[in-house]
Amino acid sequence: MAARLSNKDRMKIPRQPMPEQDALERSGNFKEVNLGLTEELAILEAQRCLRCLRPMCIEGCPVGVKIDDFIALVADGNFAGAAAKIKEDNILPAVCGRVCPQEEQCEINCIVGKKNEPVAIGRLERFVADYERERLGIQTPFCKPKTGKKVAVIGSGPAGLSCAADLIQAGHDVTVFEALHELGGVLVYGIPEFRLPKEIVKAEVAALESLGVEFRKNAVVGFTDSVDELLSTEGYNAVFIAVGAGLPYFLNIPGENLNGVYSANEFLTRVNLMKAYKFPEYDTPVFDCKEKSVAVFGGGNTAMDAVRTSKRLGAKHSFIIYRRSEVEMPARLEEVHHAKQEGVEFLLLTNPLEFVGTEAGWLTGAKLQKMELGEPDQSGRRRPIPIEGSEYILPIDMAVIAIGNGSNPIIQKTTEGLTYTKRGNIIVDNETMETSRAGVFAGGDIVTGGATVILAMGAGRKAAKAINEYLLGA
Amino acid sequence: MNKIVKAEFLSADIKRFIISAPKIAVKRKAGQFVIVRSNSHGERIPLTIADSDPSEGTITLIVQGIGKSTKEINSFETNDYFHDVVGPLGQASEIEYFGTAVSIGGGVGAAIAYPTAVALKEKGNHTISIIGARTKELIILEKEMRAKVDEVYVTTDDGSYGFHGFVTQQLAKLISEQKIDYVLAIGPIPMMKAVAATTRPRNIKTIVSLNPVMVDGTGMCGGCRATVDNKTVFVCVDGPEFDAHKVDFDLLMKRNRTYLTFEKQSLEKQHICNNDKAFELALQAESVTKN
Ligand SMILES: Cc1cc2nc3c(=O)[nH]c(=O)nc-3n(C[C@H](O)[C@H](O)[C@H](O)COP(=O)(O)OP(=O)(O)OC[C@H]3O[C@@H](n4cnc5c(N)ncnc54)[C@H](O)[C@@H]3O)c2cc1C
Ligand SMILES: Cc1cc2nc3c(=O)[nH]c(=O)nc-3n(C[C@H](O)[C@H](O)[C@H](O)COP(=O)(O)OP(=O)(O)OC[C@H]3O[C@@H](n4cnc5c(N)ncnc54)[C@H](O)[C@@H]3O)c2cc1C
Ligand code: SF4
Ligand code: SF4
Ligand code: FES
Repeated sequence: MAARLSNKDRMKIPRQPMPEQDALERSGNFKEVNLGLTEELAILEAQRCLRCLRPMCIEGCPVGVKIDDFIALVADGNFAGAAAKIKEDNILPAVCGRVCPQEEQCEINCIVGKKNEPVAIGRLERFVADYERERLGIQTPFCKPKTGKKVAVIGSGPAGLSCAADLIQAGHDVTVFEALHELGGVLVYGIPEFRLPKEIVKAEVAALESLGVEFRKNAVVGFTDSVDELLSTEGYNAVFIAVGAGLPYFLNIPGENLNGVYSANEFLTRVNLMKAYKFPEYDTPVFDCKEKSVAVFGGGNTAMDAVRTSKRLGAKHSFIIYRRSEVEMPARLEEVHHAKQEGVEFLLLTNPLEFVGTEAGWLTGAKLQKMELGEPDQSGRRRPIPIEGSEYILPIDMAVIAIGNGSNPIIQKTTEGLTYTKRGNIIVDNETMETSRAGVFAGGDIVTGGATVILAMGAGRKAAKAINEYLLGA
Repeated sequence: MNKIVKAEFLSADIKRFIISAPKIAVKRKAGQFVIVRSNSHGERIPLTIADSDPSEGTITLIVQGIGKSTKEINSFETNDYFHDVVGPLGQASEIEYFGTAVSIGGGVGAAIAYPTAVALKEKGNHTISIIGARTKELIILEKEMRAKVDEVYVTTDDGSYGFHGFVTQQLAKLISEQKIDYVLAIGPIPMMKAVAATTRPRNIKTIVSLNPVMVDGTGMCGGCRATVDNKTVFVCVDGPEFDAHKVDFDLLMKRNRTYLTFEKQSLEKQHICNNDKAFELALQAESVTKN
């Protein structure tokens, strides 16, 4: 065991940098950008934690990972113990350690951050999870004896996977229905390989399979089976709807149907899920970005993923076009930072008015307008106001619209008795995630609108708890 | 993985597959489609469910080999497997009693029109079918159609069989002779556009089945968007069938050319036949101006 350090000594250790692939090199490949901490760096970083009596960091984590405890185990070099500790609250630490907006959640609350930089909680979480997966193999938890109850989980994103994990451990039979041919939801079709290697998602899914979770790919609930059929003819005792926010918003401006204009979902799905970056080894094509100019509209994680993907496909210019300023950008800081390092050009306070193209229907440019910031709007962010006469045309060959997703209407159209918000999100009880129909629960992006992986996971676990009570009480 | 129970060529480039897909066989309705992947590296491509046998748990797909994926599929034999089959997707055809209903299938479009024609007949319509192709060898499903509908007309562009001319000429003839209440047209975009132009002056209800490039088929990507009645629709979930008089065919045609250079590259990699010929076919299938 490492010698106990005084808090003063702990405060002297600087935050350990994340080893990463060189910016120029990585902007030409799809390998992961962050390389991960070494054991030595992880122990050093863990020693920065003061083991607070009231760890504020935990309050920032939506699922309440016992951060102080797991970090203490890392400091002692007990990585297996740390992994088990994290998994008490978070079944996908390798994913969350990579993609959580830590700077707004756990790390923003860290006491060390008041004076120095906060403890790198996310990086440690990732280190521990990678160590377990690579060195020890994912440890599978103990499952209770079978209850004879069956639950159908619709959607294999983080909400569905975490719900399935808890329910199988509680002794229920669980079947996950997934519309696509791969499992993981946005983790496989949206978030790119260079940020979240698909092998990690595969390993997590395999671990669930080894616990007995059954996965049915290529099953669109609503078309292949309806929720009602699952509950009646198929004999499921409860259903958890975790279908995500899968309906791309467009800008609704002229020229949006020109060739070369994509939704972020389509662009990212072609590249990630269908592996178009390996064309022609894989059959699905995507617009050839080589030496071309690409503009991505939006300022969230999705926009950053799309724009960095276009760089990797060889774009000469990759622009982010966002109508507010950088402070209002919802993307994680790390993603914005990485995008800049990789040569992405930011056109802020700029709004698209129209796409222009050739007779044959190919995009050639976007008509843009400059904006200035006015008073704060409902979201609390300062409202962008157009500057008259500032319009100009930016020549571009490809555009990606990344301004968010609404809810996919398939479940809504095919399921009786659920209630929805005006935007099509399913209304649930906040504590139990139960919908207006007995035995039907929902969670993740379909309830909240596009949010985060960890919130979706939290919802999946809440629902699992309530479903378990519902089944055992019934 | 879905097993091919039976595979047979209907014409040189068109093959019929009966495949095991029990769930889909029970649920599917006329007008719906599946998305398939032929192998683990394959594209997701949409194919109409031409028929099904719920008791056997099988569905029928009829595939025209025009590019990389469809040619690979058409090299499959009985007992081979499709890697993935998902469905039934899309909205079912609107099947009502209209009176006299004409269904027009150009090329492989005959396969797509077949289930709807049968359903229209079952609803009590007087059902007429026009099957068109460039030449006699490419006419498919004539026998099957004759067994199910009231009247069948065959047209070939080169006059090698049936009426010498285009399906629209045959349609115009029918319209001049009798009252037509409903037309369904499925085939190359120029053909569907021409049918729409033929029926528009008489205000005959006309439906077309659109064939944009698709990815997921569940409304998640928006790649299949088309303009109908000046509004954007996602063909995979809002369609594939729409009011022909309101479809922007020119836009659809342009959008379908997005990946032409890739498609050529993909075929070249495949080396399964004379590339240029195959590519020409692909081009023709989409842009041959029939009228
Ligand atoms: C490009 C991108 C980048 C992101 N980056 C981050 C990030 O860095 N950090 C972060 O915390 N969050 C990020 N997010 C958000 C995060 O990924 C989502 O909030 C989260 O994945 C939601 O989880 P979910 O389980 O609710 O749904 P999803 O992950 O969307 O999964 C839903 C699944 O359900 C399936 N499905 C849909 N309909 C049906 C049906 N009818 N039948 C069967 N299956 C169906 C879908 O195919 C999908 O697989 C990002 C999102 C995107 C799009
Ligand atoms: C709803 C629907 C139902 C269809 N039903 C049938 C059917 O029953 N039988 C049949 O033979 N064909 C059908 N098609 C067309 C079929 O999907 C395309 O021919 C096929 O995808 C071409 O792929 P390829 O690789 O062989 O050719 P490619 O060389 O890739 O493409 C040739 C042409 O096919 C179209 N195409 C390419 N990729 C796609 C894609 N992913 N989705 C849709 N179109 C694409 C493009 O217009 C392209 O120019 C249908 C299409 C749709 C949208
Ligand atoms: S799950 Fe996310 S928020 Fe919670 S501790 Fe881990 S990185 Fe922080
Ligand atoms: S707040 Fe910071 S220092 Fe305190 S326990 Fe949490 S990580 Fe450690
Ligand atoms: S194919 Fe993706 S939305 Fe229709």
